[in-house]
Amino acid sequence: MVDFLNPSRRGVLKGGAAIGAGLAAPTIFSSQAWAAEYLNKPTGDTVTFGFNVPQTGAYADEGADELRAYQLAVKHLNGEGDGGMLNTMKPLTLQGNGVLGKKVAFTTGDTQTKSDAARASAKRMIEKDGALMITGGSSSGVAIAVQSLCQEAGVIFMAGLTHSNDTTGKDKRRNGFRHFFNAYMSGAALAPVLKEAYGSDRKAYHLTADYTWGWTQEESIKNATEALGWETVEAVRTPLGAGDFSQYITPVLNSGADVLILNHYGKDMVNSLTQAVQFGLRDKQVNGKQFEIVVPLYSRLMAQGAGENVKGIFGSTNWHWSLQDEGSKAFVKSFGAEYGFPPSQAAHTCYVQTLLYADACERAGTFMPCGVVEALEGHEFDGMGNGPTLYRADDHQCFKKVLVVKGNENPTSQFDLLEVVQEVPAEAVTYDASIFGGELGDCNNGV
Amino acid sequence: MDAILLQILNGLDKGGAYALIALGLTLVFGTLGVVNFAHGALFMLGAFCAVTVNQVIGLEQVTLDPNNLTPWGTPVEIREPYIVSWLGDTGHLILDYSVPVSILAAIPIMIVIGFIMERGLIQFFYKRPHAEQILVTFGLAIVLQEIIKTWFGANPLPQSPPTALRSAADIGVLVGFNPGEIVYPYWRLVYFVFSALVIGGVFAFLQLTTFGMVVRAGMADRETVGLLGIDIEKRFTLVFGLAAVVAGLAGVMYTPILPPDYHMGMDFLVLSFVVVVVGGMGSLPGAVAAGFLLGILQSFASMTEVKSILPGIDQIIIYLVAVVILLVRPRGLLGRKGVMEG
Repeated sequence: MVDFLNPSRRGVLKGGAAIGAGLAAPTIFSSQAWAAEYLNKPTGDTVTFGFNVPQTGAYADEGADELRAYQLAVKHLNGEGDGGMLNTMKPLTLQGNGVLGKKVAFTTGDTQTKSDAARASAKRMIEKDGALMITGGSSSGVAIAVQSLCQEAGVIFMAGLTHSNDTTGKDKRRNGFRHFFNAYMSGAALAPVLKEAYGSDRKAYHLTADYTWGWTQEESIKNATEALGWETVEAVRTPLGAGDFSQYITPVLNSGADVLILNHYGKDMVNSLTQAVQFGLRDKQVNGKQFEIVVPLYSRLMAQGAGENVKGIFGSTNWHWSLQDEGSKAFVKSFGAEYGFPPSQAAHTCYVQTLLYADACERAGTFMPCGVVEALEGHEFDGMGNGPTLYRADDHQCFKKVLVVKGNENPTSQFDLLEVVQEVPAEAVTYDASIFGGELGDCNNGV
Repeated sequence: MDAILLQILNGLDKGGAYALIALGLTLVFGTLGVVNFAHGALFMLGAFCAVTVNQVIGLEQVTLDPNNLTPWGTPVEIREPYIVSWLGDTGHLILDYSVPVSILAAIPIMIVIGFIMERGLIQFFYKRPHAEQILVTFGLAIVLQEIIKTWFGANPLPQSPPTALRSAADIGVLVGFNPGEIVYPYWRLVYFVFSALVIGGVFAFLQLTTFGMVVRAGMADRETVGLLGIDIEKRFTLVFGLAAVVAGLAGVMYTPILPPDYHMGMDFLVLSFVVVVVGGMGSLPGAVAAGFLLGILQSFASMTEVKSILPGIDQIIIYLVAVVILLVRPRGLLGRKGVMEG
């Protein structure tokens, strides 16, 4: 018989263990450690997305617009507003009442256009805020760094504005997806238009932002223009955020080049183009030809910053608000009504990525990353602004129309800065997935 | 030869900015003995004076055109600056010259900012160690840039030079080169001439006026000047204001070259401190000479021919020179004997 009044040491230990096990049992069996099949499985009535955008730094303009687009996408996903592209997206599984019955919540971070800061804010969103999907970035260096972090952590990364071939090339990851086009596609789309406008006997001088995006764009544009018969006189790397590019522009003046190709983006492109024009490059005659400037990757926000210096300058872009397809019109209408101005290409790709992710979850019937990966790989869709589009399974790169644009000579409004010269079909910019190397690896659920 | 001349010109306009900031830093260090890490913020505040003036005189009257709709269904906005509707062509002219016009506003604003900064904070740190001065002024610089960021946002705000000065001058033909061989933007030439005039003005002020004589005497021997019954503190407050004006004007005129953002002061501050150290702490001619010298060296280091031999040299050249100077001649190029050598 147990003597409760005179407990033995052994008895106290046994009793303590039994009580401890009894108290712990309910939490052990219900805790995430046992129940979750994947990291940050939503348990409440919301699901959290992490919007990691540059709010400061060289690409802050794009970052601000990306954030606007994400907020609009969340609104539409939760059934608020006019629905935007949910009205045109095909096929569509989303019901307009959240995703898989859960309302979408979000958390934001500032990448500062720096890889380490971007990784830190993505890590915080995953670990502290429970973000199930990270999206954003206006720099390929940042996108590649965050994509790799998401792969390791076991969440999905839906890239924002990243144009380097490496993002879905040598640095591709199974958990990462890119809707935006890349440098190879810019070269393939631009080359025929440049040949028609400037001929095949040209000498090009490249000024290139010294990081992954700049390097791959320089390589792709060089390959494309040299295939036309152009000669590359010099390719000079410039530090990101250099501000004053005068010491890099002056050598162009008497280099013998008759085309300057600016592999710069954002604030760097605004500064380098403005300064190149101030140095009189556009007024020069070299080799008996008019000197020309080309900006392979354009955006309306950059055009706005550079003002009238963009007039007549060719470039390429992922999307433009003046497109007249139903998807673009629906998005421009929603965005314009919300913010009072048209969206940028960065806003467009971020909005589309958010909807595509949400739709993939709905189709997969789960938020589990490996299920979402399966739903996105090889997915074909339309009604999102660039015509029929394929999310290629081999490298998680989208293939769709690419726009060749030119700085508008006679803008009719403060937003009418770029004129779409040609919509290059997806087939003309498609390439073999193996040419940029890399391995997708396995998908990671994070547990 | 043309490439060398062009890089010298680049170095001169960049060096002009370095020299103007370093001049103010040296004045403050030489007179007050304060290492002012908030000096770059004064350059940035000057630049934002230009932005503010541009925004104020460019205030627009917005009317809606109900017959013309945007793609999102609202009437198209027709904008016209008030100054244009009031003054017509004169309004256009004032808008076009908003950067030079900003100088008129920047001078009193920078004097007031300098006075508040010195009387409100820095005077309490005159007799404190340099480390404490650096900490407090660095903190002040961060506070100022965060205020600007909150007010104006994080993005750069491009400012245009006057239309007449937006293109480039064919200066090569003046010295016997073929037309088009040496062209250089008008505004950058204006900036170089402007910085030379301001530097000349400051030197003339210090050399040719009684006030300047007292300041120079105070820089050489503060105690003796005090014993002569001169209130040197009061004059030094004015010197701080002068340094603030010089940095502010450098910022105003630099806006068409580099669109201002909240961080630009910090970017220039580090370089300008290197300029002061290379020129010699407390030496005004040293600061000016080192400003131009380092500007030119930085431009040459960016030449493809140089970078092909020493990759990345354009990023480190200024710091490399500073290391060499500190090792070989710690007092700097034109520094006084004993300063930084103890």
